[in-house]
Amino acid sequence: MRNIFKISTFLILLVFSKAYAAENNAKLLKTDWTFKGLFGKFDRGSLQRGYQVYTEVCASCHSMKYLTYRNLAEKGGPEFSEAEAKAIAANFEVTDGPDSTGEMFTRPAKLSDKFVMPYANDEEAKSANGGAYPPDMSVLVKARKGGADYIYSLLLGYEDPPSDVKLDDGVYYNKFMYGNKIKMPAPLSDDLIEYSDGTKATKEQMSKDVVNFLMWSAEPHLEQRHKTGFRVIAYLIILTVLVYFSMKKIWSRVESKV
Amino acid sequence: MSDHEYTPSSKFGKWFNDRLPLLSLANHLTDYPTPKNLNYWWTFGGILTFCLITQIVTGLVLAMHYIAHVDHAFSSVEHIMRDVNYGWLLRYVHANGASMFFLAVYIHIFRALFYGSYKAPREIIWIIGIIIYLLMMAAAFMGYVLPWGQMSFWGATVITNLFSAIPLVGESITTWLWGGYSVDNPTLTRFFTLHYLIPFLILGLVVLHIWALHVPGNNNPVGIDIKKPSKDTVPFHPYIVIKDAFALLMFLILFAMFVFYSPNVLGHADNYIEANPLVTPAHIVPEWYLLPFYAILRSVPDKLMGVIAMLSAILILAALPWLDTSKVRSAVFRPLYKQFYWILVLDVLVLGYVGAMPAEGLYLLIARIGTVYYFAHFLIILPVLGLKEKTLPLPLSISEPILGGSPNLAAARNKEEKIN
Repeated sequence: MRNIFKISTFLILLVFSKAYAAENNAKLLKTDWTFKGLFGKFDRGSLQRGYQVYTEVCASCHSMKYLTYRNLAEKGGPEFSEAEAKAIAANFEVTDGPDSTGEMFTRPAKLSDKFVMPYANDEEAKSANGGAYPPDMSVLVKARKGGADYIYSLLLGYEDPPSDVKLDDGVYYNKFMYGNKIKMPAPLSDDLIEYSDGTKATKEQMSKDVVNFLMWSAEPHLEQRHKTGFRVIAYLIILTVLVYFSMKKIWSRVESKV
Repeated sequence: MSDHEYTPSSKFGKWFNDRLPLLSLANHLTDYPTPKNLNYWWTFGGILTFCLITQIVTGLVLAMHYIAHVDHAFSSVEHIMRDVNYGWLLRYVHANGASMFFLAVYIHIFRALFYGSYKAPREIIWIIGIIIYLLMMAAAFMGYVLPWGQMSFWGATVITNLFSAIPLVGESITTWLWGGYSVDNPTLTRFFTLHYLIPFLILGLVVLHIWALHVPGNNNPVGIDIKKPSKDTVPFHPYIVIKDAFALLMFLILFAMFVFYSPNVLGHADNYIEANPLVTPAHIVPEWYLLPFYAILRSVPDKLMGVIAMLSAILILAALPWLDTSKVRSAVFRPLYKQFYWILVLDVLVLGYVGAMPAEGLYLLIARIGTVYYFAHFLIILPVLGLKEKTLPLPLSISEPILGGSPNLAAARNKEEKIN
């Protein structure tokens, strides 16, 4: 009887999950992410290139307000040297103050400054982008169903619209976007940027690098999490085995099984 | 309490114990006679205690860094995730801990349903348990609001709006709950306060829950009354302590897999978007552990009736000791109840599934059938079943089925005898 219910539960869930999968129209593109799995780590080179894509392409519209320039030099991230991170920060101007005379002033950014935002506020961001707010990218990977695969697919999902789809001005067709309409024009094209490490800047390469970078920015402690997790679980398994045998020994005193 | 009088051996111990019998209490807890045939479904009480303590300890530290203000809540959570030492660990343990807590409590509740643990003389334990469960839902809901993401905000809006269904005073109550005319800063600060308070209320009720348990003692898989202490019982320490520890460790491995390898899989992506009162998410869904009740709420076309149905679905459990008319506790000896039990489990799972889906078409139809069946189980099937069902003969003591193998085996043997 119990088995019948188990099997029927399983079948019902299977049918439901099929129906559910059919709702999402396009199957996401996959690529080999190095951060997945038990020992998943970021590809340092890819993170550094990803930062380059972000700062040269995305950053003209998208902010990353929860990141600080010091993060770029921190362990588990792109791991730029401190001198490199300082140089990167110095490229940006921030408003500071008030000084001793009560005036605000601008100065080059330091490691302790947050990433400089492209717009002063949300309203300016919207008006500069045809009414669509370019979302902050700090935790974007975690804020979208499908995560890294979804962003990767979206970047490569621009297509000419099917003949029955009419698009307004400033609206583009993307087969992975919810409703297929997106206000961001295709941001990447082959050789759009020149990688400082000499890697060929194909669309796929840039998408992969920038998504790696975004994954790190959303989960800056991912490497530490995986490392700690493995140790914790290994410890728990050993302890469980020891406790199991202690339990067997203790319970052997009574005529009952555990 | 203990059947025998306890006297501390040392002179100071005796002096202290005469004034505050803490040593007697400790002695009672270690010697507490427990049925020796308890299976692993009985280990979830200990696991739940662990979950509660974990939530309180991690929550305490999180509260030191969290800012309950609409402009800072979301960024303070990001601050915890990025800059607080092991903040990511604290937050992921706390967030997944809530899910683990509910997973354990559902197993605990369904164990009680299977083995009839709610029946006399354990009704009070059961009712306290239902109150704890209600408070858990309130705490979890308010906790989910605190990160001030899109799902936090819109979940809070949907749930608090339910109160507006109350005739005449509904609107006023909603405004009073919000502390304004929409979900806003006053709502967030009061939710934070209550979220901090409720776990301690739960802790107090857990003490009562255990106290009430220690009066009649544990139910057991056979469901018959046992003499205690006797050859059917073992002292709580070390027998049950070590077994609970083993089960807890297994549970912790699962817990750790979520925390370290898929910390966001049980949450909703939209909650990583900061709350925006001007943009409504495509689907507003609660966390997985509230989905069956959400399905019941949405299956009723009328708002007020929907709210009543949802609340009744939980409160009906409090009446269960009197709705179930069967004198036999354990489903092992109730062949028909056992089948209806599994249908109920399936029904709740299906309700949970459709709760996550849009309330339309086939999903709505399934939710309606599931809701009707849920209430029918408690209001029609259980009362009638208790009177009509022919139960299997009960063993005289739990030693009997244990010596002959598992309780199921004994039941099967009894069944065979009847057929022959």
